[in-house]
Amino acid sequence: MNDPSLWKVVFGRLSWSSFPLHEPILLGTFIVVMLLGLGLLAVVTRFRLWGWLWREWLTSVDHKKIGIMYLILGIIMLLRGFADALMMRAQQAIAFGANQGYLPAHHYDQIFTAHGTIMIFFVAIPLVVGLVNLVMPLQIGARDVAFPFLNNLSFWLTVAGALLVMASLFVGEFSTAGWLNYVPVANLQNSPDTGPDYYLWALQIAGVGTTLSAINMVTTIIKMRAPGMTMMKMPVFCWTALCSNVLAIAIFPVLTGAFALLMLDRYVGTNFFTNDLGGNPMMYWNLVWIWGHPEVYVLVLPVFGIFSEITSTFSGKRLFGYSSMVYATVVITILSYLVWLHHFFTMGSGASVNSFFGIATMVISIPTGAKIFNWLFTMYRGKIRFELPMMWVVAFMITFVVGGMTGVLLAVPPADFVLHNSLFLVAHFHNVIIGGVVFGLFAGMTYWFPKAFGFKLDPFWGKVTFWGWVIGYWVAWTPIYIVGLMGTTRRVRHFDDPSLQPWFAIAAIGAVIILVGILGFVIQIAVSIKNREALRDTTGDPWDGRTLEWSTTSPPPAYNFAFTPVVHDLDAWYDMKARGHERPRGGFLPIHMPRNSGAGVILSAFALVLGFAMIWYIWWLAAVSFAALLIGSIVHTFNYDRDYYIPAEDVARDETLRLAAAEA
Amino acid sequence: MPCEAGVGSAAVIMRTNLTIPPGARRALLAPVLALLAGCQREVLNPAGDVAVQQRDLIYVSTGLMLLIIVPVLILIVVFAWRYRAGSRDATYDPNFDHSTSLELVIWSAPLLIIIALGALTWSSTHLLDPFRPLDRIAPGKPVAAGEAPLRVQVVAMDWKWLFIYPDQGIATVNELVLPVDRQVRFDITSTNMMNSFYAPTLAGMVYAMPGMRSTLHAVLNKPGSYEGFSANYSGAGFSDMRFKLTGVDAAGFDGWVGSVKAGGRPLETAAYLALEKPSEKVPPMRFAAVAPGLFDRVVNRCVAPGTPCMHEVMAADRRADAGGAEGGRALMPPRHDVHSAPGVAPAAAHAPN
Repeated sequence: MNDPSLWKVVFGRLSWSSFPLHEPILLGTFIVVMLLGLGLLAVVTRFRLWGWLWREWLTSVDHKKIGIMYLILGIIMLLRGFADALMMRAQQAIAFGANQGYLPAHHYDQIFTAHGTIMIFFVAIPLVVGLVNLVMPLQIGARDVAFPFLNNLSFWLTVAGALLVMASLFVGEFSTAGWLNYVPVANLQNSPDTGPDYYLWALQIAGVGTTLSAINMVTTIIKMRAPGMTMMKMPVFCWTALCSNVLAIAIFPVLTGAFALLMLDRYVGTNFFTNDLGGNPMMYWNLVWIWGHPEVYVLVLPVFGIFSEITSTFSGKRLFGYSSMVYATVVITILSYLVWLHHFFTMGSGASVNSFFGIATMVISIPTGAKIFNWLFTMYRGKIRFELPMMWVVAFMITFVVGGMTGVLLAVPPADFVLHNSLFLVAHFHNVIIGGVVFGLFAGMTYWFPKAFGFKLDPFWGKVTFWGWVIGYWVAWTPIYIVGLMGTTRRVRHFDDPSLQPWFAIAAIGAVIILVGILGFVIQIAVSIKNREALRDTTGDPWDGRTLEWSTTSPPPAYNFAFTPVVHDLDAWYDMKARGHERPRGGFLPIHMPRNSGAGVILSAFALVLGFAMIWYIWWLAAVSFAALLIGSIVHTFNYDRDYYIPAEDVARDETLRLAAAEA
Repeated sequence: MPCEAGVGSAAVIMRTNLTIPPGARRALLAPVLALLAGCQREVLNPAGDVAVQQRDLIYVSTGLMLLIIVPVLILIVVFAWRYRAGSRDATYDPNFDHSTSLELVIWSAPLLIIIALGALTWSSTHLLDPFRPLDRIAPGKPVAAGEAPLRVQVVAMDWKWLFIYPDQGIATVNELVLPVDRQVRFDITSTNMMNSFYAPTLAGMVYAMPGMRSTLHAVLNKPGSYEGFSANYSGAGFSDMRFKLTGVDAAGFDGWVGSVKAGGRPLETAAYLALEKPSEKVPPMRFAAVAPGLFDRVVNRCVAPGTPCMHEVMAADRRADAGGAEGGRALMPPRHDVHSAPGVAPAAAHAPN
């Protein structure tokens, strides 16, 4: 293997220097990750859990289990993304004057790129998709999604993308070009190393998963609603999930296309986004933001749905203005396509174009404002129980309106000319993403956890999580707003002006408070599992819910509902309870269910290898894994053993047990 | 020092002629000023008329939005408290889910605010369009008839700023000197990375893009020493891509130009190509003369001998489309990488313009 050309054929551009053995931070992280991983493998082996894990979880096509796996993925990646955030905050808190901080530019640039990429693509998306997966089929009274196997494949493709991003920590490097992998920084000439390739392959593979998942969810909502559930009797969460996934179907192909063109630039030598030979970097910015702005709404719309469900449940009231809520959601969906240019007013499009996009952006605040008022008037004349999910709602409303206001301010082009790319902008989008999406996800996870597992989450540690996030958010981001108003730009590694340092120190303290919130959540999960018997809910309806997911037991049986419910009212379960609903005691029928499949794991593993081989120019391996992916997909289509029936006796036995537990 | 220029008491801000009534201004400014006791606060206390108008727009827009945001924030707290489960005197009406009059208010209140803000946006975006020459150099002081703006050509390089003064025939690196109360027209481009040309005290930012020319009109009203930088991440040397902005009076500017011309070397093509190479934390430099047409060749990406200019390639393409002989390909060097084949393109391809 001493022949360099043979080495190149076998290993591509991979060499010993690709492993960051000289970087103490990375080496330490690598050792810790390896030890944790080995420990986990040892535990699984020790307790002989491999078979169970494979049969019950990894190959499962059950939408509830896939939803839970998405949530686990999102939480794990949140820890990684937040570690990046802490490193950035530490660097910016100390790097003043003569002190250059502890991160060289090349490392710092990778950290902010990885932070944004991970938080959006591998935290926010999996958590939102996870909750939609878990809850939406239950809310519409379905037994699973429209394409159960596709759901499993989508999840594992997302995992493959996440693994590639994680691999870049320890083999080679990640992109330094910002969370959207901007050209010209990401052009081959400026970034010849593996960074942008890791980014592109990770996101292309995960992006296929997200697109397929969106198609799946839309089909499920359109085709699989329980009898009687017309579109205007559908829970708001399903409406928002529908709009969000329609958006995703429309925008992800644009992102995939833009990335494909950049890949051609980097691998084949085309000139779509290069500086010379007719290439145009600005075209890349347009394309990624045509994806990027609607993506905000892909994330936030389902979260609006979560808030609607929770506000209505905990106020003990019907949702105020259901139809105006639905129309507002649809209007936001449409408008969100028409605003992408506000991400680069300062590129020089001219006053009329800028005004159009600025005003279009402001118009979105009208339906969004209507939603805030609708939640407000749902609380009005209610009996509000301030349990954790509802606490998140109030924290969200207060935090989010401030973020909305700064967003509209940034939509005024001449104001944006002085605030664009500043830390004010960074504070704005963290305000809406933390105050909106993250708060909503925690609200949703707390709200639906007892549905998924059959016991509530521990309230004490839930409050630690809540206050950690809420106080931490304001302590961390208020100073960032302020330094932004002073003209401080984002992505800066080192400052000259010492008067800024106190603000960054406060921001770092805020980040540590948020860390308390994150650790509080991890502890909350552990404590709740430990005390699960005390926290047990046998009714299936611990919050006095109003929608169909609360009509079945917790955790729901694989088939969700022994009999498909019939819907007569918007708040279907509330209506059923009011009419003296009783659980079925007999007359059970066999239930037709999809069968588990290992193909999703295997195909995604091939995709992972393909991505890795392409990143490192290991052409033979890329060819082999691509062939395997293609052949594997074809072979899978010949698997006709896709479904089975749960016998009526099994359903009867299961239902009787659940009924006995509920009545005990 | 940016601090010295930035430190102005609240009274200084009050004295500047603004479009907001002074009382409202004081109310709006007081809490902000209390927070911004540091020294770098040129965004909210700028020395240029354009930046002042942009700052005012921030205040007016924020004020307009607070008209609705403040009541909403109060209502959230009031409703959350009043309708809590333990509350004794609050009405409970579980079926209250629709009210046409409330819906009308819910939709029309934000609509009215957005109509006002939209009108403000439309007019201010056109008035403060960076491409548009200024009407005034300060409130009540129109631009003198017939006075041409001072031209400055800005080239963002990896990672420093080149400023060419074409009418004076000089150039500087990381040092921008402007005469006060005189309109300046910046033409902006970049050699490789995308950057954003931003001196907060002067005017809002404009992107510097390779192969593109963007424009900014601005004026500096107070002499002093300020700071400018790139406001768009552009790679490893980005954090230190800063320049010094100095405002001087007209005589001081002429004196400065004279001193630059007297000492220093010329910025010829070879010197430019050396300068263009990536470098970080570059101290200010001065050039006594500049190769003619240099900026246009930077925009058209043909400074290096042998590289065809973009506009000529495009013109040739257009002629070919119209049925002429050869397209832009004929101007290209035979090799794929234009930079690796100097001196092989037709002479016409790089005639200075």
